[in-house]
Amino acid sequence: MRPPAPRPVFLARASYRQRRLRDAARVLPVLGAILFILPVLWPIGGPEGQTTSAALIYIFGTWTALICLAALISRLMRFDPEGETTDMPFEPPADPPLSEREG
Amino acid sequence: MGFNVLIAVSLAYVAFLFLVAWAAERRAARGRDGWLRSPWIYTLSLSIYCTAWTFYGAVGYAARSGLEFVTIYLGPTLVMIGWWWVLRRMVRIGRAQRITSIADLISSRFGKSTTLGVLVTLLAVIGTTPYIALQLNSVTLSVAVFAEGWGEEELRAAGFWTAAGLAVFTILFGTRNLDVNERHHGIVMAVAVEAVVKLGALIAVGVFVVWGIAGGVGATLDRIDASDIAMWEQPGGRWIAITFLAGAAILCLPRMFQVMVVENADERHLATASWAFPLFLLLMSLFVVPIAVVGLDLMPAGSNPDLFVLTLPLAQGRDGLALLSFLGGFSSATSMVIVATIALATMVSNHIVAPIWLSSTRQGALVSGDVRQVILMARRLSILGVLALGYVYYRFAAGGAALAAMGIIAFVGVAQILPAMLAGMFWRGATRIGAGLGLAVGFAVWLWSLFLPSFGAGAVIPVAVMEAGPWGIGWLRPQALFGIAGLDPVVHAALWSMILNAGLVFLGSALSFPKPLERLQGVQFVNVFENSAAPQTWARSAVRAEDLLIMIQRIIGPREAQMLFAQEAARQGKQGYVPDVTADFIVRLERELSGSVGAATAHAMIGQMTEGANVSVEDLIAVADETAQIMETSARLEAKSREQERTAQALREANEKLTALSIQKDAFLSQISHELRTPMTSIRSFSELLRESDMDRDEQRRFAGIVHDETVRLTRLLDDLLDLSVLENGQVTLNRAEGRLSDLIDRAVSASGAGEDGLTIRRDRAREEGILLDTDLDRLSQVFINLISNARKYCAAEAPELTIAVSQEAGRPVVDFIDNGAGIAPASQQMIFEKFSRLGDPGKAGGAGLGLAICREIMDRLGGGIHYLDGQGGTAFRVVLPGPQALAAQ
Repeated sequence: MRPPAPRPVFLARASYRQRRLRDAARVLPVLGAILFILPVLWPIGGPEGQTTSAALIYIFGTWTALICLAALISRLMRFDPEGETTDMPFEPPADPPLSEREG
Repeated sequence: MGFNVLIAVSLAYVAFLFLVAWAAERRAARGRDGWLRSPWIYTLSLSIYCTAWTFYGAVGYAARSGLEFVTIYLGPTLVMIGWWWVLRRMVRIGRAQRITSIADLISSRFGKSTTLGVLVTLLAVIGTTPYIALQLNSVTLSVAVFAEGWGEEELRAAGFWTAAGLAVFTILFGTRNLDVNERHHGIVMAVAVEAVVKLGALIAVGVFVVWGIAGGVGATLDRIDASDIAMWEQPGGRWIAITFLAGAAILCLPRMFQVMVVENADERHLATASWAFPLFLLLMSLFVVPIAVVGLDLMPAGSNPDLFVLTLPLAQGRDGLALLSFLGGFSSATSMVIVATIALATMVSNHIVAPIWLSSTRQGALVSGDVRQVILMARRLSILGVLALGYVYYRFAAGGAALAAMGIIAFVGVAQILPAMLAGMFWRGATRIGAGLGLAVGFAVWLWSLFLPSFGAGAVIPVAVMEAGPWGIGWLRPQALFGIAGLDPVVHAALWSMILNAGLVFLGSALSFPKPLERLQGVQFVNVFENSAAPQTWARSAVRAEDLLIMIQRIIGPREAQMLFAQEAARQGKQGYVPDVTADFIVRLERELSGSVGAATAHAMIGQMTEGANVSVEDLIAVADETAQIMETSARLEAKSREQERTAQALREANEKLTALSIQKDAFLSQISHELRTPMTSIRSFSELLRESDMDRDEQRRFAGIVHDETVRLTRLLDDLLDLSVLENGQVTLNRAEGRLSDLIDRAVSASGAGEDGLTIRRDRAREEGILLDTDLDRLSQVFINLISNARKYCAAEAPELTIAVSQEAGRPVVDFIDNGAGIAPASQQMIFEKFSRLGDPGKAGGAGLGLAICREIMDRLGGGIHYLDGQGGTAFRVVLPGPQALAAQ
């Protein structure tokens, strides 16, 4: 069997950004879970606790923020059915023209 | 508002939905399904997550349990925004493997296990039936709000007619085509429209409540803090548990799987749905608390909070809004029932009815041409069955239970699929045994600790068992398993069922060994992103004879293929080459094909052409086996061609050698002419001198002596040449005799005349005597003589010395002849065994340079060897004496 082509070690800047975007997509639900579980720790309802309306505003606020982040990420993501395999390998930037170097 | 208006509007709405579904089907059939496949339609279709339970029940839930209702939406939100983790993989697997339902996913992953398919199907049916009942219940309750004075009887009739209407719709648009990859455009479109209606209705009611009744956002928030809801204290366990269960449910609910995976047209839609669907959920729940709070404030005590969405506008005299709200609730209920029914019917017909039918007809599926019709009929009957089950459940059980409780019970039930599903998608080691064990035990725990007790104490499980456990076993009490009492029943059931379920999935998998099929499927599922770049889509149209002919021609040749087809056409009583594609003909074709490409491949190929995706993994494994054979054959061919290459190489080398030999031969001839000419020239000139001039006797004698010497030299040269030629041609006959090595060396030393001119010979006679020889002693001594006389002639030391050392090398005796001369330069060491090779002055020793060449030939003949020994401080030759085996070989 042919061994799979080795993935490039270094990626071009655009591919690198895409990778980190995917990481962000992976982290987002974790962040959301933490934010959504926080209200459990508040003393809701009691006389010294948070008011229900504040909790309501907190939940819907974080919810909206998460939706915006998810929308942003999915917009920026170059969706590519091949997934990780089409990363452009890193190419060192071409040498600047001589005049620039001199100047 | 008159009740008749309600009925009229409802019927008009239903007719509108039929129209939408029909138009969508038409568009799709004409191939103009561009916008039908947009991510927005996909997102809206996901909204069947929000059922009547959400539409009506969320307000009731909020009225009873405060903010907790929101967890039902937070779980799915997390799953959706985490689509890159699970959903993307699930959709990819679903498309690559042509998964038809969640039961199919589990069954397919674990080696196409029928048992697992049946188990998941049962679980889904038991988990979904109450849910369907719930929807029927909500429809009848909402109808009852408008129909004053209706009794039980009329309400049941309403429930029945709702169920019947839904069955008709589902059968009409859900079973038009068999292939599940062919999406249900009509139904998806209708569901999307209903999603818009229910969202619009809920927002309209919410806006009316906040700005119309409460008086703005600030006032509403004040009302919330002042209401009973603010008194509610949230148990953290329930909050987390229900968030988790809701997240699991969106992955595992059969209807969600249907819209999310099976109806998915493009993976990219997930990217949009990842934020758009959470947004939908947010909007659906935004006004829930305000409606609940205002409802609790304004509605008379004791009114059902589950119906506030409907009753609040009605009580405020907003009939139009109430009607819209009714339609929203109706939409929620019907869209859920339709999709859930399709999903369940697919599962029931594929995993229960079809296997039974196939095993009951002995001929197998291929012979009978009517499989399609049978499966379609099974699916239709399943739809009727599922809806009937839901109706029966509604009639007998759905009376008093609050809507939300039933929904959550169903969530815990379907969540039992989650461990097996996730393990199957992410862990290659997950096996059928593990998945089966986990599912079965999780299912049992759910039944025992949540589902059966939900019918009420004493309804299914006797009160005594509830309190003391079965047979008095305390740790088996349904709501206090393992002695842990006091937990919320939902948290309790979810905790134990998930722990035991996941634990058994792991343990069972780790301890069992998967079948090859399971392992193959495991790789395909877990490595789905490596293996399936683009999911293939086979043409789903019925196979045409022309296509078959084209394929067969490629394999068995055009003439034979056409003959085969013509025969078949003639058998069917038709002219030409194009017979009808009957099952019988396909079997014949397959048999014909398997003669060329092997049975498994033929089956797979025909299967591809006739049944679309209907190639079993066994076939593929067999194909893989055959491929392995082919690979082996090609490896053999490769080896053969490598061998031929080697032969060619050897031939080339031989040719080069021959060319070199030919050059050598020319060189040899010119050399020999030269060698012969030199003595001949001197013989001729001296004999001329002798003849012509009269000279004194002394001079005469001297000249005659020279002539004689030259003749002797010539004779010796000719002798050597003859000898070499005989040796090289292998014509020599060996006179084998036995003797001691020491005697042989004695003879050689005396024959070579060593010692007469000051060459000292050093020997170790004791060693020599120990060695007995059985070889051609004369020839061997010839070698020794040659080597000794060489030392005598060429050793340039002041006190020449020759050491003859005997030793063993690699089990064979060797004799080294080492003098104390200057040695031979490395560059010349290669040449000295060649003919006519002389170092330095050719005339010095009077030899022709054939001695070492003869030695080498002799030693080769005798089965021994001779080579130059480097680094001994002088010229050194090593003679490897023939061993006994080598002698035998002679």
